[in-house]
Amino acid sequence: MILAVCLKRVPDSNARPTIGPDGKSINPGIEYVINPYDEFAIEEALRLKEKAGAGEVVGICVDPDGNESMLRKALGMGVDRGILLKGGSPFDGAVNAEILAGVLKPLGAKIIFFGKQAIDSDSCQVPTLVAERLNLPRANVVVKLELQGDKVICRRQIEGAEEVVEMPTPCVVSAQKGLNEPRYPSMKGIMAAKKKPIDAKAAPAAEPRIEILNMEAPPARPAGRIVGKGKDAVPELVRLLREEAKVL
Amino acid sequence: MPNPILVFVEQRDGKVRKAGLEAVSEAARLGEAAAVIVGSGVAALAAEAGRAGAKKVFIADDPRFRLYAPEGYARAVHVALQKSGASAVFMAATSMGKDLAPAVAALADTAVAADCTGLSMEGGRLIARRPVYAGKMYLRVGFKKGPAVCTLRPNVFALSKDGNASPAVEDLKLTVADGDLRTLVKEIVATSGGKVELTEASIIVTAGRGLGSPEAFKMRDDLAAVLGAAVGASRAVVDNGWRPHSEQVGQTGKTVSPNLYIAIAVSGAIQHLAGMSSSKVIVAINKDPDAPIFKVATYGIVGDAFEVVPALTEEFKKVLHH
Ligand SMILES: Cc1cc2nc3c(=O)[nH]c(=O)nc-3n(C[C@H](O)[C@H](O)[C@H](O)COP(=O)(O)OP(=O)(O)OC[C@H]3O[C@@H](n4cnc5c(N)ncnc54)[C@H](O)[C@@H]3O)c2cc1C
Ligand SMILES: Nc1ncnc2c1ncn2[C@@H]1O[C@H](COP(=O)(O)O)[C@@H](O)[C@H]1O
Repeated sequence: MILAVCLKRVPDSNARPTIGPDGKSINPGIEYVINPYDEFAIEEALRLKEKAGAGEVVGICVDPDGNESMLRKALGMGVDRGILLKGGSPFDGAVNAEILAGVLKPLGAKIIFFGKQAIDSDSCQVPTLVAERLNLPRANVVVKLELQGDKVICRRQIEGAEEVVEMPTPCVVSAQKGLNEPRYPSMKGIMAAKKKPIDAKAAPAAEPRIEILNMEAPPARPAGRIVGKGKDAVPELVRLLREEAKVL
Repeated sequence: MPNPILVFVEQRDGKVRKAGLEAVSEAARLGEAAAVIVGSGVAALAAEAGRAGAKKVFIADDPRFRLYAPEGYARAVHVALQKSGASAVFMAATSMGKDLAPAVAALADTAVAADCTGLSMEGGRLIARRPVYAGKMYLRVGFKKGPAVCTLRPNVFALSKDGNASPAVEDLKLTVADGDLRTLVKEIVATSGGKVELTEASIIVTAGRGLGSPEAFKMRDDLAAVLGAAVGASRAVVDNGWRPHSEQVGQTGKTVSPNLYIAIAVSGAIQHLAGMSSSKVIVAINKDPDAPIFKVATYGIVGDAFEVVPALTEEFKKVLHH
């Protein structure tokens, strides 16, 4: 049983990105991490393999810098081998999906795991675009998963509820927080990871679907003010909300 | 007739989502709006899409579409797209829209501009403004090839109701084989959480770790009840197991943009701000005058939540119910 996990290298959620000289991307020099949702994906694949007592977990990363550090971390968690494709785009999900689908097609994975969203592009589209390219069923934003032979039964989070979804394998699953508690790589895992293989190559050219015109800082919030201290300030706050802000 | 913008109007249990109608109104503002409604016994909903601005409404009615059916819904939207010759497809950035939009984009060989907060026509070309890095930056994007597929953030685009309640209606007469529907939604299980859905609420009351215990969240719920608001929590609260993850606001929770966001005993960490700083008015109540939340707050009260929040609830009761 082969299980694939797609993971993206993204700026740490604590980072404060600044706009680069091209006006379309951010300046380098910030801290990067494995996309947090992809850690749930990695953990779920590892657990399925452990439960089955056999199989291989393959991590795949498309990165414009060809940086292997996130794959190395995944190998430290227990992923068996990595495929690194130098190329892709931080924001064009269709480009990344095309590249990923090209690698995934011959791999023959039973389940292809993704995070539900990359915290840089915030686009929630790569898992579904890959599924469609490979003609596979999908379930996104999954918080619970069970593999029963050639069938996956999972729960996907929706507004105030969960959908119970059933689909045949091979299939695509994108992970939401709550699916599991990702493990930390052990010392032994980190040592072992140094010897695990990463197949690094250039990503094939893919067709851009979107054009980035420019990047902008978020609209500045008008300066706020402290209305007062303690409960004495409450009537004035309520008055401002009604008469000045007019939100009530 | 120009190429319309096709809007997928989401319904669950025969009720259309307001955010879907907001998308119709925005499409009508940009050009001519058409809508597609998918479900079982949903033809009567066409009037609501019409009122929101749709000139024409496509219906895909099938008993197997009672619950969301990913492959079937995508087929229906794609067929409506071909029939209408639409230049773009809009839908609300809800859990259904976020799942469906990329499937439609794949069928049309384009990509999605997700969670758009601004849309405009510039020289006949659709330009989308959308957040990246959890709203720390915004991108303005165009599409290299059509049709453009966009999901629209709920609560951002104004809903208009002065359209024609009797739009032209066309049944898509979709034929779907059972084998085409591989992903089956078997049932929907309600989870705990507030009664008002966070991402679509116009008022949200959120509380953080500063409340000290799960019991103290009653003051949050009482305040929310008076305002008819949805309730939110910070990640620290969720990690402590005080409240479910479905209430979490922020980078790894929900992104919200209500008219009024009240943050009680929330420090305002960058990951929390990512999820709520596009709210129209922000009120912060915190005992620490240097808490970062005050930097984004429209109005702040420095003080103890245990004293301020009950007083605020009483004051609202007084002014709102008279
Ligand atoms: C990858 C990643 C993702 C994250 N995603 C999210 C996310 O989605 N959402 C999120 O919220 N956080 C997220 N965080 C966590 C974030 O960094 C903060 O740790 C978290 O938001 C803090 O929650 P808090 O404000 O409730 O608690 P604290 O930071 O502990 O703040 C408590 C506040 O309460 C005030 N206070 C205490 N007692 C009182 C009182 N009696 N009356 C009034 N005020 C009082 C204090 O002054 C303080 O400001 C994420 C972190 C990481 C690394
Ligand atoms: N460049 C990439 N390399 C590997 N996986 C990716 C890449 N981009 C996106 N993904 C995967 O797709 C998920 C959703 O990304 P997105 O659609 O961009 O929000 C991520 O959580 C990853 O699992």
